[in-house]
Amino acid sequence: MARFQLFSEDSETPVVDAIRGRVLLTLALGVAVMLLLDLLAGLAGIEIAEFGGRTLGGEIELSTVGKRIWTGTIVGLIFGLAGIGLSMTYSILNFANFSHGDLFTTGAFTGWGVALLVAGWGVGDAGYLLLARSGTGPSSTDIGASIIASPLAILIGVVVAAVATTGVALLADRFVYRPMRDRGGIPLLIASIGVALALRSTVQFVYGPQTRGVTGTEGIERTDFLGTGLSVDLHQVTLLVVALGLMIAMHLLLQRTKLGKAMRAMADNKDLALVTGIPTERIVRATWILGASLAGIAGFLYVLERGTMNYNVGWFLLLFIFAGVILGGIGSIYGAIAGGLVIGFVHEVSLIWISSDFNAAAAFLIMILVLLYRPEGIFGGVTTA
Amino acid sequence: MTASEATQPGLRDRFIGWIEQSDRRIVLATVAFVYGVFAILVILEQGLGLGTVNSIFGAWRTITFLFAAYALLTLALNLHWGYTGMFNIGVAGFMAVGVYTMGLLSTSPDALSGQGLGLPLPIGILGGMIAAALVGLVAAIPALRVSADYLAIVTLGLSEIIRLSAGSRTLSNWTTNTFGAGTGGGSGMDLPDRPTDFIFNSSIGESIADVFTVDVPRIDMLLFEFGNREVTLISSSILSDFVWTFVMLLVLAGVYWMVRRIGYSPFGRVLKAIREDELVAQSLGKDTRRFKIKVFMLGCALMGLAGILWQGSQGFANPNSYRPVVTFYAFIALIIGGSGSNTGSVVGSILFVGLLFEGPRQVGAIISARLNLADAPGTFDGAVAPLAQLDVTPFLAYAVDNIAPLQFVLLGVVLIIIIQKRPDGVLGDRTETAAAIDLHKEETNE
Amino acid sequence: MSDATTTPPAETTTETAATPLRVEGLEKRFGGIVAVDDASFDVKAGTVTGLIGPNGAGKSTTFNCITGALTPTDGEVYFQGEKITGMRPEQIANRGLVRTFQIARALSEMTVLENLMLAPKAQQGEKLWRSVVPGARQGVVDQETELRERVWETLEFFEIDHLAYEKAENLSGGQQKLLEMSRAMMTEPEMLLLDEPMAGVNPTLEDKLLDRIHSLREDGYTFLLVEHDMDVIMEECERVIVMHQGSILADGNPDEIRDNEQVIEAYLGEDI
Repeated sequence: MARFQLFSEDSETPVVDAIRGRVLLTLALGVAVMLLLDLLAGLAGIEIAEFGGRTLGGEIELSTVGKRIWTGTIVGLIFGLAGIGLSMTYSILNFANFSHGDLFTTGAFTGWGVALLVAGWGVGDAGYLLLARSGTGPSSTDIGASIIASPLAILIGVVVAAVATTGVALLADRFVYRPMRDRGGIPLLIASIGVALALRSTVQFVYGPQTRGVTGTEGIERTDFLGTGLSVDLHQVTLLVVALGLMIAMHLLLQRTKLGKAMRAMADNKDLALVTGIPTERIVRATWILGASLAGIAGFLYVLERGTMNYNVGWFLLLFIFAGVILGGIGSIYGAIAGGLVIGFVHEVSLIWISSDFNAAAAFLIMILVLLYRPEGIFGGVTTA
Repeated sequence: MTASEATQPGLRDRFIGWIEQSDRRIVLATVAFVYGVFAILVILEQGLGLGTVNSIFGAWRTITFLFAAYALLTLALNLHWGYTGMFNIGVAGFMAVGVYTMGLLSTSPDALSGQGLGLPLPIGILGGMIAAALVGLVAAIPALRVSADYLAIVTLGLSEIIRLSAGSRTLSNWTTNTFGAGTGGGSGMDLPDRPTDFIFNSSIGESIADVFTVDVPRIDMLLFEFGNREVTLISSSILSDFVWTFVMLLVLAGVYWMVRRIGYSPFGRVLKAIREDELVAQSLGKDTRRFKIKVFMLGCALMGLAGILWQGSQGFANPNSYRPVVTFYAFIALIIGGSGSNTGSVVGSILFVGLLFEGPRQVGAIISARLNLADAPGTFDGAVAPLAQLDVTPFLAYAVDNIAPLQFVLLGVVLIIIIQKRPDGVLGDRTETAAAIDLHKEETNE
Repeated sequence: MSDATTTPPAETTTETAATPLRVEGLEKRFGGIVAVDDASFDVKAGTVTGLIGPNGAGKSTTFNCITGALTPTDGEVYFQGEKITGMRPEQIANRGLVRTFQIARALSEMTVLENLMLAPKAQQGEKLWRSVVPGARQGVVDQETELRERVWETLEFFEIDHLAYEKAENLSGGQQKLLEMSRAMMTEPEMLLLDEPMAGVNPTLEDKLLDRIHSLREDGYTFLLVEHDMDVIMEECERVIVMHQGSILADGNPDEIRDNEQVIEAYLGEDI
């Protein structure tokens, strides 16, 4: 995958590149040390005078730091889970899929529609529930779709999110991407923008434009979770368990099964895969099924943790998911997971130092810098999944 | 439109052939077509009456304004993507840089929301363009290093960083305290009035408005009896908007002239060569980096200008007007017209604004006005359930009520179909030879 | 063809004029693989020199290192006495060392005419402001008019003038090779590096191409060409350089090469 302009890149001397790399690394380390000092000073309650009237330290509560790290992990897992599919389509189908965020949305809405129907059976009108509380009807507290009150509804929701999203992705592949398989990355990217627009607006048309709450929250909060002193909500724990489980399953699938090996081969070298007789259309279909399922489930879980959703939910997260995938190195699912976690951390933990106006911008900035200076990802460019 | 109906194919073909002879005719014919369609749509919605004139002009005002705005954007984008192959999807961000810089320089220091330095407007506009070009320079560095799909993500990320910065209360407070100017954060920023507005705030404006106010009896020969009262054929707010739109059209003409000259020049030839195969251009001795930086900065400056004339003329800037979807609209307009062609960019903008952007809303208005639909159901299930009894009215009413998302579905589908079936755009595969002269062998021409 | 053919490269008395291209100890590694290993050779002015070798011998990599498409890991390249190692492709091209590609790289959406008009160096109209500003543009127009004349002459010389208005993508593989060579000629080069100019060219066109190379050499141009077709190499080249596994195996006139044991071994089974 020559994502670089081989030539303009190659013609620079390696020495210059190495120096630039060293400078950047030093700079990054310097910033990291400063931030760490600031954090430590803050935890200790010391204020150290710094240039320009700014001070290091100040008051930071340990529990705040813990909470940020925890939410960073949770959000990072979502980015990572959704990023796996994005990374796979990028490396196997060779295009940046801008509709991936809307697959995420599709999973959230279809999954929650059915989850609410199961959880709220008899409480409200079926249409109202299936459309994820579109219109007027019982409140989300009355329906009580939570992991405690109705674990079955959540489980079914996860399954439906995966299945429905897969269906949508396969339809999109059949009618949009397949006819233009050989057209190169950019036409496919543009087509995926079309899919994104159409998909998001269809969700809006069917489910309505409003932001709605869907989860029940009674008994979800656990203070002093397992004696850690952290206040944890069980939906976050559910998310953690399901996400980790799926990631391990993906790992086993890619490493142990014939299909997984074939997919890795194709991600590495499409021509080689063609020659060695791996049925590529089958691999493509498997890519969509796996990628879309994970995106859909990620959407469902994200809403489980958030409690609310609207039709823009996935689109707004797309760039973060991209950031994670790029950070981890396109084509590697481990990279996507690690990169997603890093971006989640940056997004949440950076709030200790910077205003909430800028935590998203910080994540995007890191993504841009990685693209410019280390396009193979921070984990070394091992593309084999 | 008018002549192509109800004539024999021979005549029709000849008519189309005549139009295709020159780019100007293509553009004018498309404009006339879209204007005609809208006149008919408005009449279908409202029936024929004296007030219809105002409504038709109101519709024309909207499409002309949006057309001028999108055509400016599309021409700039065509320099990047159509000519040079640089896939910039941060258009909205560069617009925002233009508009906000203009505001920071020229908004009054006493504005209610946001604060500027109160400098004269021309300085603000120029400053906005320069700032957009400079941000373009920063973005051009990745353009030199990375491939098209990476550049797409970089520019999209940059445009979101710009939007988030513009919407940041913290940043705004800090700059206001330090430099005396700030964006107003999420609550938006007041912008200077349109420079043309003074016309309609003065006596000149009144007399112009008078021209379009008629005593009804004078024209009841043409129309039906209305009684002896004054009727405003075209309201002064519409006229005022038209004056501003006219300014935009003048700028558009200037920009079109410029990009056309670039297209028909050795500079444009190198841009095309970079798009086709950068290594070949380099191997022929072209320093492609310089060309890419120059054209990227120029395109960004034009995007800043387009932003100022469009969003910046609304008296108020809101960070949410610069979401990436604006960029995608500009891309749809460009791809419809055919990327790589300046004339195609303009034609695509007209078609996009007329048929995809404003058209569906107008059609929705007609349906709701004419079909006497019952109260629209509030939710999708309420719309779908009656379909079982073959009652389509509730669904139709729901669809009309929710025309906006349907319109976006349409946009997405059109984009997909065009990129699949007609990647060269509606005008097809055009040859716009990149040379300053006619390259035919005859020594006679020029 | 007056301009391009009647103005052969300027002659100077120094030794660098006699051997415009010198390659010394060239080495290129990709990761652990050594594609070119300590290759040294030179090319004499006004000759057609062939660079041959089995697949994977490192010929194209050598080409890419000479022309700046790749940066050599070690070694130096001199062109007319100047060190050009590590220069960017456009800098090397602007010094008069111009290449064509193994697989023809026509600018496919551009017409044949545009392809040729692109090539000349230092065009006024390549300055953005000159192309736009009304007064300055006249100079651009004048230069374009001059170039047009040369373009047509070149097209006629290569006998592809009947294709002038075609988009390059509509040309056959062989025609694209001719297009590439005529495009390279439009830069008024000192020396041409042709990467497999005959690959995929039908015999009629091949004769035509060879004919052009001949007459250009008569005019004093220097050629270095990579070629697979042994007949072409043996008939057309004064000198043949043989590469094998990244190194120079032999260097001499065609007869010497034909009888060289090592070369025969390297081409084991192949008929030289």
